[in-house]
Amino acid sequence: MADTALDQLKRSGRIVVVGASLAGLRAAEVMREKGFAGSLTLIGDEPHEPYDRPPLSKQVLLGKADAERTLLPRRRDIDAAWRLGVAATGLDMAARTVKLADGEEVPYDRLLIATGVRARPWPNEVEAELAGVFTLRTREDGAGLARALAAGPRRVLVIGAGFTGSEIASACRERGLEVTVAERGNGPLVGALGGVIGAVAAELQRENGVDLRTGISVTALEGDSTGRVRAAHLSDGTTLECDVVVVGLGAQRNTEWLAGSGLGAGPRGIACDAGCRAFDLRGIVTDDIYVAGDVARSPHALFGYQFLSLEHWGNAVAQAETAAHNMMSESTDRRPHLWVPAFWSSQFGVNIKSVGVPSMGTEIMITQGSRSERRFTGVYGYQGRVIGAVTFDNGRWLQFYEKQIESTAPFPPPFTTVDRRPDGQRPIPADFPDPSVPTHGPTITLSGYSPAERRIATFTPAGH
Amino acid sequence: MAHGILSQILDYSSRANPYPLYEELRKTPVFHDGTGPYVISTYYDIQSLLHDPRLSSDARNLAATAGDPLAEGGEAEETALPPSFLKLDPPEHDRLRRMTNRPFGPPHSPHRVDGMRGGLKDIVSGLIDNLGNTEDIDLVDQFAYPFPVTMICQLLGVPREDEPKFHVWADTLAASLDPDPDADPAERQRKTHDSRMELGMYLAGLIEQRRKDPGEDMLSQLAVGHGPDESMSTMELLSTAALLLIAGHETTVNLITNGMLTLLRNPDVLANLRQEPGLAVPLVEELLRFEPPVQLLPQRTPLVDIEVGGITIPKGSSMWLILASGNRDPNRFENPDRFDPYRKDIQHLGLGSGIHSCFGAPLARLEAQLALSELARRLENPRLLEDPPPYRQNAVLRGPRHLRIACDGIRA
Ligand SMILES: Cc1cc2nc3c(=O)[nH]c(=O)nc-3n(C[C@H](O)[C@H](O)[C@H](O)COP(=O)(O)OP(=O)(O)OC[C@H]3O[C@@H](n4cnc5c(N)ncnc54)[C@H](O)[C@@H]3O)c2cc1C
Repeated sequence: MADTALDQLKRSGRIVVVGASLAGLRAAEVMREKGFAGSLTLIGDEPHEPYDRPPLSKQVLLGKADAERTLLPRRRDIDAAWRLGVAATGLDMAARTVKLADGEEVPYDRLLIATGVRARPWPNEVEAELAGVFTLRTREDGAGLARALAAGPRRVLVIGAGFTGSEIASACRERGLEVTVAERGNGPLVGALGGVIGAVAAELQRENGVDLRTGISVTALEGDSTGRVRAAHLSDGTTLECDVVVVGLGAQRNTEWLAGSGLGAGPRGIACDAGCRAFDLRGIVTDDIYVAGDVARSPHALFGYQFLSLEHWGNAVAQAETAAHNMMSESTDRRPHLWVPAFWSSQFGVNIKSVGVPSMGTEIMITQGSRSERRFTGVYGYQGRVIGAVTFDNGRWLQFYEKQIESTAPFPPPFTTVDRRPDGQRPIPADFPDPSVPTHGPTITLSGYSPAERRIATFTPAGH
Repeated sequence: MAHGILSQILDYSSRANPYPLYEELRKTPVFHDGTGPYVISTYYDIQSLLHDPRLSSDARNLAATAGDPLAEGGEAEETALPPSFLKLDPPEHDRLRRMTNRPFGPPHSPHRVDGMRGGLKDIVSGLIDNLGNTEDIDLVDQFAYPFPVTMICQLLGVPREDEPKFHVWADTLAASLDPDPDADPAERQRKTHDSRMELGMYLAGLIEQRRKDPGEDMLSQLAVGHGPDESMSTMELLSTAALLLIAGHETTVNLITNGMLTLLRNPDVLANLRQEPGLAVPLVEELLRFEPPVQLLPQRTPLVDIEVGGITIPKGSSMWLILASGNRDPNRFENPDRFDPYRKDIQHLGLGSGIHSCFGAPLARLEAQLALSELARRLENPRLLEDPPPYRQNAVLRGPRHLRIACDGIRA
């Protein structure tokens, strides 16, 4: 048999993965599974082996799990050279090397970028440094916040009512702590699920004793003489005393290290084709650089080839698997990443799940259950088709709606279900905030054709 | 297409090995012979129908002309007690199942099943100690039946001594699920009805006692309730209790018996299990795929015309979902007819899926795991005395009526 370039790569090539977390680990495992026998280097700026983040805003804050013990289970041995606690600081695409913070340069034949996102910090740096002010992305964040909650603060302030902020508020209530949530929009989760569902989430929070304040932003944080946060100033002129503040303002993509490299990387992530191959700045696809996970933005056939950026656990896994598969395949054997977005959250004892891209929806219809019982399925419509669905404590039906989305089924759904209550008889506006106004905490960012994107929209795939 | 394949499946002579018939059936993924039910036999179709909100489990949605031999039993039951949540749709189903789950599982009772581990082990040990003459053991009568029955009695708080009484009713009711071609339908209906009445009255007496003097058992906790809008009516309570008692009776016995039969037919796996009791966990999953105790779900009907695999199934039709066939679908599982507890990819349909997925699954799994690993560990050189064993009549709840085995002795 002819010794192809691929055979050679598999036998003795060098693969470098930057970002040693969920996507990086899963990709590495798949590469080994596909017979990659060469050298594999995993570079991660965190000092830990890959760990799982979703528990950080859930079990960890309740004291039910230890932040140190959320290591990701290994599917197989990956026999990698780990470079942990050192950041990648640059990429030389021509020389095929990754520069590290310690000055070293690591050569590669194939590179996978999975650097994810980081928490958007509180914009005022001095205030952000106050003791008692937290963001939540890393294990250290989780451990620190869990300790702060265990110490029994008199009041916690959560800034931003996206999924993470809402989960934190939920954990606080479960621990019996007083918590205020300040949200600039008109309800929790509105960026991801719209105002109709946001209203349900708001009720849920209030019923559970959260002091939810919507249409309000925090203008400043105030410290005491020891440098601890003691109060927050709100846009309605009031002051709120609080001794723990959690900043839940969404995430920023970790792409700065690629500045000047020539790769198509920016604040909205790294653009790639459906096969996870990164685009360069000129919109030309590379063949040796792949991306996966929260940092990637890729076109999706089901959603009009919009470039989707997803901060979803399941997407990170599926995209990593596809990237790794494609890195180990001849071009004809490559496959597209056609994952239907899916997300879950649990808060205030309710299990929330979504599929598709609810935020693309303009209308919503409750097809099962009822909002007043907090057990329902809501289906999102966009231009006469089903584009997304959300369930509150009704997740077992979701698979059906996923099929509806995949098969571009008509909206509103023309059929009756086993459980359609009066509030589900007709579609109503889904009530999303204006997409050109940035909201914090959406877990899906539509970035391809949005007007705000136009000036840097160089990655429109032709021919689709 | 073999004509009358459904009657062949229901025929007792196919009981020992229905799988070739399922294979035949899968060639026509939506099978309908003109008058009978629509029969679905492939994995992906079954899987998606179990999550399809247009499909009802409530027999009252069946058209009068649905032509389902199983439908009649359903009606007979309703005259005695309201349908259990197994036969209801949301929101009633959700409400009853949720309340039933409170004393049984997470989040309210996360430790209930695990807390039974010690008790389960004791029962298993006791039964194995008393197997007696090792030359001829009937594993069903001496082990696989008494074990889950003792357990469900403890769990519900039903006196174990009453077993001979409710055994008969439970048997009749389980049999009502089986479209026994030989039985006289009117006679069957009458018997089913009577059994349900008698079982209901028996349980009503127990529940009355529990209300006065509640214990830790599930009947007590269900009877006492949890506030005004979260408590069951007495009639609802009776059908729920009857469901738990019967389901706790009639399925695990088959899981365990099928399990031991399969192990004895696969001595290498049995040897591995003896070495490594932890193998019981994936082994029971494979068993649920390979020989599921509930072979088919005969109780679904679409609320609107639906399309499955290009065929329109009219509203109100009777539908059967053949779980055991989906589990052997080569489009889903590699080498589906091979028993392989080391399989990695094993999302089987053995416990159903969707909102009606087996309520007792955590307990059934634990019971089977403990039973099989202990049998493997303690029986010395076990072997089958009869293969295939005689089966029970029931095509839906399928399992051996007796399983005669012998062994050289019983280890401590
Ligand atoms: C608190 C919390 C709760 C969540 N809950 C849910 C949930 O309920 N459901 C859900 O679907 N998703 C949830 N998520 C999202 C999910 O965790 C992410 O989608 C997933 O972690 C993405 O994995 P990733 O590997 O792409 O990125 P990340 O996990 O962000 O990993 C990227 C890694 O790369 C490192 N890195 C960055 N830059 C560099 C560099 N220059 N050099 C070296 N290393 C670098 C980062 O430090 C990080 O370790 C949650 C996230 C958080 C933070």
